[in-house]
Amino acid sequence: MEFSELIKTATVESVLLAGTGLPPVRGTLCITSHHLLLSSCPGGDGQPGTVELWLLIRNVDAVEKRLAGSSGTITLRCKDLKVLQLEIPGMEECLNIASSIEALSSVDSVMMMYPFFYRPQDLRLEEGWHLFPLEQYFQKIAAETSQWRLSDLNRDFTTCPTYPAGVIVPAAVSDDTLRRAARFRQGGRFPVLSYYHPRNGTVMLRSSQPLMGPNRKRCPEDEVLLGTVLDEGERGFIIDTRSAQAAKQARMTGGGTEPKSSYPQWKRLHRPLERGRPLQESFIKLVEACNDASLSMDRWLSRLESCRWLSHVKVALSTACLAAQCLDREEASVLVHGAEGTDTTLLVTALAQVILDPGCRTMVGFQGLLEREWIEAGHPFHLRCARSAYSHARLKQEAPLFLLFLDCVWQLSRQFPFSLEFGESLLLALFDNAYASDYGTFLCNNEKERCLCKVKENTHSLWAWLNQPEEKKKYLNPLYSHNPLVIWPSVEPQSIQLWQGLFFRWIRPSQYLEEARAEMQRLVEANEAPAKESAGSRLSRSLSDPAARTENER
Amino acid sequence: MEHIRTTKVEQVKLLDRFSTSNKSLTGTLYLTATHLLFIDSSRRETWILHHHIAAVEKLPLTTSGCPLVIQCKNFRIVHFVVPRERDCHDVYNSLLQLSRTAKYEELYAFSYNPKQNESEQVKGWQLIDLAEEYKRMGVPNDYWQLSDANRDYKICETYPRDLYVPRTASKPIIVGSSKFRSKGRFPVLSYYHKDKKAAICRCSQPLSGFSARCLEDEHMLQAISKANPSNRYMYVMDTRPKLNAMANRAAGKGYENEDNYSNIRFQFVGIENIHVMRSSLQKLLEVSGTKGLSVNDFLSGLESSGWLRHIKAVLDAAVFLVKAIAVESASVLVHCSDGWDRTSQVCSLGALLLDSYYRTIKGFMVLIEKDWISFGHKFSDRCCQLDGDPKEISPVFTQFLESVWNLMEQFPQAFEYNEAFLLQIHEHVHSCQFGNFLGNCQKEREELKLKEKTYSLWPFLLDEQKKYQNPLYSPDFSPELTLLEPNTVSFNFKFWRNMYHQFDRSMHPRQSVYDLIMNMSEQNKQLEKDIKELEAKIKQKNGQPDAVLLKEHQQSAHPAPVALKTPPCFKKEQPLIPVNDAVRTIEGSNTADNRYSEFMEEFSKAEPAVVSLEYGVARMTC
Repeated sequence: MEFSELIKTATVESVLLAGTGLPPVRGTLCITSHHLLLSSCPGGDGQPGTVELWLLIRNVDAVEKRLAGSSGTITLRCKDLKVLQLEIPGMEECLNIASSIEALSSVDSVMMMYPFFYRPQDLRLEEGWHLFPLEQYFQKIAAETSQWRLSDLNRDFTTCPTYPAGVIVPAAVSDDTLRRAARFRQGGRFPVLSYYHPRNGTVMLRSSQPLMGPNRKRCPEDEVLLGTVLDEGERGFIIDTRSAQAAKQARMTGGGTEPKSSYPQWKRLHRPLERGRPLQESFIKLVEACNDASLSMDRWLSRLESCRWLSHVKVALSTACLAAQCLDREEASVLVHGAEGTDTTLLVTALAQVILDPGCRTMVGFQGLLEREWIEAGHPFHLRCARSAYSHARLKQEAPLFLLFLDCVWQLSRQFPFSLEFGESLLLALFDNAYASDYGTFLCNNEKERCLCKVKENTHSLWAWLNQPEEKKKYLNPLYSHNPLVIWPSVEPQSIQLWQGLFFRWIRPSQYLEEARAEMQRLVEANEAPAKESAGSRLSRSLSDPAARTENER
Repeated sequence: MEHIRTTKVEQVKLLDRFSTSNKSLTGTLYLTATHLLFIDSSRRETWILHHHIAAVEKLPLTTSGCPLVIQCKNFRIVHFVVPRERDCHDVYNSLLQLSRTAKYEELYAFSYNPKQNESEQVKGWQLIDLAEEYKRMGVPNDYWQLSDANRDYKICETYPRDLYVPRTASKPIIVGSSKFRSKGRFPVLSYYHKDKKAAICRCSQPLSGFSARCLEDEHMLQAISKANPSNRYMYVMDTRPKLNAMANRAAGKGYENEDNYSNIRFQFVGIENIHVMRSSLQKLLEVSGTKGLSVNDFLSGLESSGWLRHIKAVLDAAVFLVKAIAVESASVLVHCSDGWDRTSQVCSLGALLLDSYYRTIKGFMVLIEKDWISFGHKFSDRCCQLDGDPKEISPVFTQFLESVWNLMEQFPQAFEYNEAFLLQIHEHVHSCQFGNFLGNCQKEREELKLKEKTYSLWPFLLDEQKKYQNPLYSPDFSPELTLLEPNTVSFNFKFWRNMYHQFDRSMHPRQSVYDLIMNMSEQNKQLEKDIKELEAKIKQKNGQPDAVLLKEHQQSAHPAPVALKTPPCFKKEQPLIPVNDAVRTIEGSNTADNRYSEFMEEFSKAEPAVVSLEYGVARMTC
């Protein structure tokens, strides 16, 4: 396939761009393989043309066209929730542009996507891809205990196609046993270590559901695997992210959940979390409500309620807290799973780690967590983030679990404003990049696919870009100070807020909030050590300032 | 004291309001003449002023004792369990008596004795001078003058003595107009906008019935519109819903007929009456007080209470008023029924949006003194200071504070004061500890001799103003900030958690940005000062060898900041509302709290009930 086949009209003059709270501008619209550009008209008043719009076409979620007479209006609804309007002279041009954007934005082949073409000058291709090797994470655990080992049984992705090559497993369990246990778990996702709690040596494991089926099959290897994790007489918790009813019903389709009889040391807790279609619909409804500024107070509140988004936030947070509480307070190990173990499971394990582990709350640690618990752990980003809240396309596998995770982290950042090293801007950037990106980090559904597509060889890593000193500065929380403690949030409805910075990013006037943030930044900077030094240097300057001296000496 | 039957009850349990496992603290309950005091086993004190008690309720006897629920006007709710029913009954009856005061003289303000001498007391009352305030606005001037018509409260009992009216409004016009207005509250100046030469005026509804007219009143309005050289048209804002205003016509009251008044534009803005507001707040509190509340029940309760809708209506009205003045330079006359509830809300918020002075600490005090206290908002009735008609109670002033809070959220740098300031004022409007808010109008206050017998709140707030400063405030940050143009889209209005759950610490953010920023900002100022002093010293001593100076500079400039900087991690658990700790002890925050064992007991039995919802334990670690 050639991109040029999809582009029916490459440039149109005198297009009017409106949206995003800025005054409308007129200019030349240009479509390339991956971008939509608009540069304002040079000439006229003698000013050079400036680029007013540089939009990754992958970011376009929905294209709506309206024709009126000889011109037409295209409304572009983007995955980052921004809405743009293009007024295009000429009916044919309008239709061509619209269909070109539609075609280009729905290219599904990973290797045709922009990250494979993007070559920024100041980054090297391999940079950032091996920042967080699992070996390094494992070394930290190995320094504390010898009960765990790093296994490469999945190096060719045959045992579990959605796991990475390396996994951390109990040292006492052989690869052979693991392979058998994997056959008893959906998609081969056998229990592996997700987090080691250094305070008391308890662990959080994750897996997919056991394949009990209607005949209540058992798997001795799986039982051994989970049994090894606990010492004699020790108890552990299994947090099933489905309701007891749903877990039971899953037996009819070959799944199920661990019965007490086969896993006597484990106590099961059910915490149903929404996922899949209902979650996507919740997201769509919320965005719809947020975009309707004409809503009366009653309508607004009732739509906020009926979309249920904040309920999902609350449930996700409380389930993560429950897992964290089991580890930290009950000093009991935890296994988390739902059905496939790639969605709500990861939401809970990742969030619990942010709550428990101060290391995950740093800029680097958080990136490592995302890499480990979302990307390598096989959250199917390509499927889940194919479409955002505006798409008219029929829903397939889309679900905003990653967004829900980011929202929960944002809630934590509101309740503990000094405990996270990064700020809201990082969470927003992650949301944007998960849905449409210049970088390869969120491409594909798992490590196996990434290997096949040679993502790490042929695209740039988002982390390499984010971690450039100038760039990184934008994402840091000026108020951060290391907090070694567990951060227990309040999950009362009165404490859970709508993430205005995301859902109203393009809607609310934020000038005063931005200015306040800048002022806060200024105060903090003035308060930090370098500033004090500069105060010192200001003094030594005035000490050695010859002008000041001579004037007095005269 | 004769009401107190039992002064001390031991082994009383204080239940955690939101704990689903009925967590509690055990301690001793004391009754004093002014306060109810609970001291728990770790010597932590919870003080409750009798005047703050809105309701006391005795619940049916349980196995562990007799439950006693106390609801306070500052939205604190405490739930005691008294072991013996007899004691509970005694406490209950005593509190019923103590929380209901029949006479002003029995209020706390008359016995409250801060360490102030007489001259300090007098000076305290002189802190806010309204004549000074009108001068600041630019009146009297060519168009407006001070009228002595009400000097002896002859024309209107509920107005202050000093009133500003158009120069062209003669005494007969004033008298005539006042006779045509409910409770004699004729149109007077509330705020004068110097640049636009436009005025906010206030009054009560006209006694127009279905057809009555009053020439003097028509002249009065004409005088107001003529006092504005920039725009001859004036707006008359009736802040009531149209239906209510029409209903009033049947009782011989009503609203202005546009045909009878020249140059007016009449507008309804639809703020509901005090009864609707009272029951709305009641519903809101019922919802937010529910144990184990779900997000959906919270949101649907928030909606059905209508509370945020009312707050939006009040702010929308103020925005309408401000547009008339700022955009059209037109004067506005605001009224509702009696002109002391909705009118006070709209006039004061309008002025706050127009004039940055009211966004300073002192200016906000002035604003409250002017539009609320002096113009006769019935604080005594609305806040139920004396045992009276429960139908007169209404959270009108609370709504005003909440509107200001919403503005603070939208304009984080526009206000010199912070949320704690609003909460503290709210606290004292109900505490009856200071004289400012006692009574219903100035006349009544003079008769009570409040200035001699009680103290003014304002000097106390000014003394501790550090607590109330917004560290991000920048008075000249942006020129357009003189006029605030808030966005009143529904999603901009939020539930004010720190007001309605002020005492429910578990719900608050665990770290306060304000405290940290405040500290930093203070340190920075100190640093700047140090540098300036040192620079000055250097200039003085510049004849001396450099080495000496450098040494001194190192000694004095460096160690000081290091000592000043306190690690923010130690600030984490400071209360969000940094006020009197003794009064604000938080119930339920016992470090000995141990849910852990509770969980273990249940391990082999049933699934633990929503353990994750209770992070009381968290406070121990954070």
